[in-house]
Amino acid sequence: MPGYAEGRRSGEGVNARKKFVIGSFVIIATLVVLAYVGYTQSKTYYHTISEVETMHGSILQQRIRVSGNVEPGSIQHVDGHINFVLEEEGKTLPVSYTGTDPLPDTFKDNAQALVEGHLASNGRFQAEEVQAKCASKYQATPPGVTPSQSPSQTMANPASASGSGS
Amino acid sequence: MDIFGSFALLLALVAAVYAFVAGIAGIITHRALLIKSARNAGMAVCVLVAVAVATLEFFLQTDNFSLAYVAEHSNTALPWYYKFAALWSGQEGSLLWWTFLLSIYVFFALFLNRKRHPELMPYVGVILSGVQIFFLTLNNFVASPFSVLGAADGSGVMHLARIAEGSGLNPLLQYPEMVIHPPMLYSGYTGFTIPFAFALAALLGRYPGEKWIHITRRWTMVAWTFQTIGILLGAHWAYAVLGWGGYWSWDPVENASLLPWITATAFLHSVMMQEKRGMMKIWNVWLVFVTFMLCILGTMLTRSGVVSSVHAFAESSIGGWFVGFLAIILAVCLVAWYRNRDYLRSDNQLDSLVSRESSFLFNNLILLAACFAVLWGTLFPVFSEWFTGSKISVGPPFFNKVNVPIALFLIFLTGVGPLLAWRKTSLDGLRRNFAWPLAVGVASGIAAYIFGFRNFYALICLILSVFVTLTIFSEFYRGARVIAARDHTDLFTAARELTMRNTRRYGGYIVHFGMIVIFIGIAGSAFNKDVERQMHVGDTLQIGPYSLLVQNFDETTNANYDAQRATIEVFRDGKSQMMLFPERRTYSASGVTETIVAVESSPLRDLYVVYSGISPDTNQPVLHAYLNPLVKWIWFGGVIVVLGTGLAMLPNRRNAIVLRPVESRISDPLTGGGTVVPAVGPISRSTSTHE
Repeated sequence: MPGYAEGRRSGEGVNARKKFVIGSFVIIATLVVLAYVGYTQSKTYYHTISEVETMHGSILQQRIRVSGNVEPGSIQHVDGHINFVLEEEGKTLPVSYTGTDPLPDTFKDNAQALVEGHLASNGRFQAEEVQAKCASKYQATPPGVTPSQSPSQTMANPASASGSGS
Repeated sequence: MDIFGSFALLLALVAAVYAFVAGIAGIITHRALLIKSARNAGMAVCVLVAVAVATLEFFLQTDNFSLAYVAEHSNTALPWYYKFAALWSGQEGSLLWWTFLLSIYVFFALFLNRKRHPELMPYVGVILSGVQIFFLTLNNFVASPFSVLGAADGSGVMHLARIAEGSGLNPLLQYPEMVIHPPMLYSGYTGFTIPFAFALAALLGRYPGEKWIHITRRWTMVAWTFQTIGILLGAHWAYAVLGWGGYWSWDPVENASLLPWITATAFLHSVMMQEKRGMMKIWNVWLVFVTFMLCILGTMLTRSGVVSSVHAFAESSIGGWFVGFLAIILAVCLVAWYRNRDYLRSDNQLDSLVSRESSFLFNNLILLAACFAVLWGTLFPVFSEWFTGSKISVGPPFFNKVNVPIALFLIFLTGVGPLLAWRKTSLDGLRRNFAWPLAVGVASGIAAYIFGFRNFYALICLILSVFVTLTIFSEFYRGARVIAARDHTDLFTAARELTMRNTRRYGGYIVHFGMIVIFIGIAGSAFNKDVERQMHVGDTLQIGPYSLLVQNFDETTNANYDAQRATIEVFRDGKSQMMLFPERRTYSASGVTETIVAVESSPLRDLYVVYSGISPDTNQPVLHAYLNPLVKWIWFGGVIVVLGTGLAMLPNRRNAIVLRPVESRISDPLTGGGTVVPAVGPISRSTSTHE
C-alpha cells in the first residue's frame, strides 16, 4: 500500500509501519488459505466430449462440465432418473441425470445442454445439474428474411434445472 | 425514419471527435474560443444521442418490425412499459443506452463547471469526449441499433423487409424492476467516467491544490449511489424472478457490477486520508482509474461471451474492441502517472497502528482483497485456459469462503474506524468509546448461542452488528445531547441539527448503519431451508412454522402468455394465513417458459414458493418451498444506504458555526470520541478542507 512515502520518519512511525505490514500479511495469508480451500471445493473443469472419452485415473474424481446437443430421441425416463445422450462434433456421451429438480422445459431433442457432475467408472456421466438452451428460440425470422447486418442474439436464457448458489 | 436515428448517431460521433480535437488544440494554444467551442460540441453530443434514443424508442412503441432490433426484442402484445425497457434489453440498444447516460453525465459535468476550474475543464472535456468517441464508434459501426431487415429477391438484390411480428422480449426481463434496474446500474457504470476524467485531468494538467479531489469525490458518490441501487435491484430481480430461492449467485455479470462498487467504496474512504492528512495520493488516483477500468471490463464481460452467464449477451466479436479500449486507458493512465508522479507526493506518514489512518488503510486493503478475489474467481476460466490449457471455473464456495470473513472484518472496521482519532488514539479513548457497545454485543452473541444459534459466522455477524449499531447510535446521542443542552431542544431535533451541520459525517454513519442492516439480512441466509415435493390437490407440505395446502392446479391464458398456476393456502398454527399463486408462464412470442415465484415477505422471514413443473416420471406437479429468514432486511438496508448517501451529499448547514465559532469549537460534539486531534468537525469542514 502506498500512502506513507518519503518524508520525516519518527521511530514510532517506522514501528507503526512495521505493525501494519505484519497485520496486512496475516490478513492476506488467511484470505489466500481460505481462497485455496474454496477453490478446491468448487473447481469445475470444462471439457469437450472428445476429451471426456480419453479421461482416466484421477481425473475421474474431478467435477466437470460438458456441453453438447441432446441427441434426438435419446431422452428416456428410467425409474427416478433421466438418461439421455449428448452429442458434439460426432462424438457422443451417455448421461444420467440424478438430480431432484424437474428438468427445464427447454430441455428437449436437439437443445443445447450443459451438464455438470462426475464421470462414473462405467463411462456414463452422472449429472447433478443440467442447463438447457433451446437452440431455435430466436430463429423466429421467417425464411428468406435475413437481417442486413448480422445482429447478435438477445440475452441468453439458460433455464437451470438445479438452482446454483447457496 | 431509421436514417434519422443513424444520422443523429453519426453526427454525435463527429461532435465528439470535434470536442476531442478542438479541446487538445485549445489546451495547446490557450485560445478561449476554441476551448469554448469544444465544450459546446461535448454538450451537443448529448442532444444528438437523445435524438437517436428517441428514434429507437419511437420504433419500439410503434412496432416497426422492419428494424432488426425491434423485431428481435419486442412484439405487438408487449405492454408499453416493457417496449420501453426493450430499449436496453439487447446488445445494440443497451450500448446506445450506455452512450446516452454517459452523454447526460458529460453534459452536466461540462455545463455545471462551465465557469469554474478554467485550467482543469479543457482536459476533462478532452478525456470525456475520448471515452464518448469509443462508445459512439461502437454504436455507429459495430453494433448499430438501426440496422434494418433485408430480404433478397430472385436476382439476389437485397430489399428492405418488414416482418409481421417480433420475437418478443425475453420473459425474464418482463418484470417491473427490469424497467428500472438497468438504467440505475448503467447510471452507476457510466457515472464513474466523470471522476475518472477529473482525476486524470488533474494529473495531466498538474492542477494545483486539492480541489479536484473534492470534485472527484462528489461525482463518485453520485455514481456509487446509482451503482448501489442498481446492484440491489438486480439482486431483488434475481430473487423474485429466477426462482432458485436466492438473490446472489456470484454470476460473472453480478460480480462485474460489484467490482467497481468495491473500488469506489475504497476510494470514498481513502479520499479522506488525502483531504485531511495529504496521504495516499497515488493510491487514490489509481483507485479512480481502476474503478473506471473495471466499469469498462464489466461492460465487456456482459457483452463478449468471454465468461458464460445468465446475463451474458450471445458471443460476439465486440470483446476485442473493449480489450483495445482498456489497453489504451491503461497506457494513458500509466504514462500520466509516471510523468507526474512527483505531483502526488505524500505530505504525511502513518504515525500509529491504532489511528484513523490505519483503519482506512486496513479498510482499503481488505476491500481491494475482496475486489481481487472476485475478479480472480470471475476470470478464472479465462486464466486457467491460458496458463494450463484446461478451463476451470470456481463456484460460490470460493467466493463465500473469501468474502464472508472480509465482510465481517469490514463490519468491525465500520464500528471502530470512525471513532478512532487521527494520528494516534489513546487506550483510554478506546475504552471510553468501545467498552460498553462491545460488552452488549458479546452478551447478545452469548444469548443467541444459548437460544440455539450455532452458525459461527452468523454469530460473529450478530455480535459485530450490535456493537457497530451501538457505536453509531451513541455517536448521534453524544452529539445531540450537547446541542440539546445548549439550544434547549429535545434530542430528536438536536440530532437532526447535528446531522445537518455535518452531513458528510452523519450521513456516513447512516450509510454504515444501512450496510449493517444489509449484512444482517445476508447473514440470515445461513438459516435458509427448503423442501421440494410432488404434490396432489389436498396434499400438505410443512416448512418451518407454515403448512402449505394445495387447493387447486389450473391454467390461465392471455395475449402475452399462457400460465399453469397452483393455488396454495398457507396455514400457521392451524389458522389460515394467506393464499399463494406460484405460476409457470409460457410466452407466446418466444415460446420460453418462466417461473413466477409467489413470495410472502415479512421482516423475519420470506416464504418463497415455486411451481417447479410437472415431474416427467409420475406426471405430478412439483412444488419447491423455501424459507429465507431476514431477506427483507437487505432491501430495507439498501433504502437506508441510499438515503444516507443522499444526506451526505447535501451541503452543511453553517449558521450556527458562523455565529458562535469559539463556543462551538470548545463544545464541538463532533470531535467527541476521545480524539487527540480535533478532526472532522464542522469548522474544519467549512473553513479549510485540509489541515
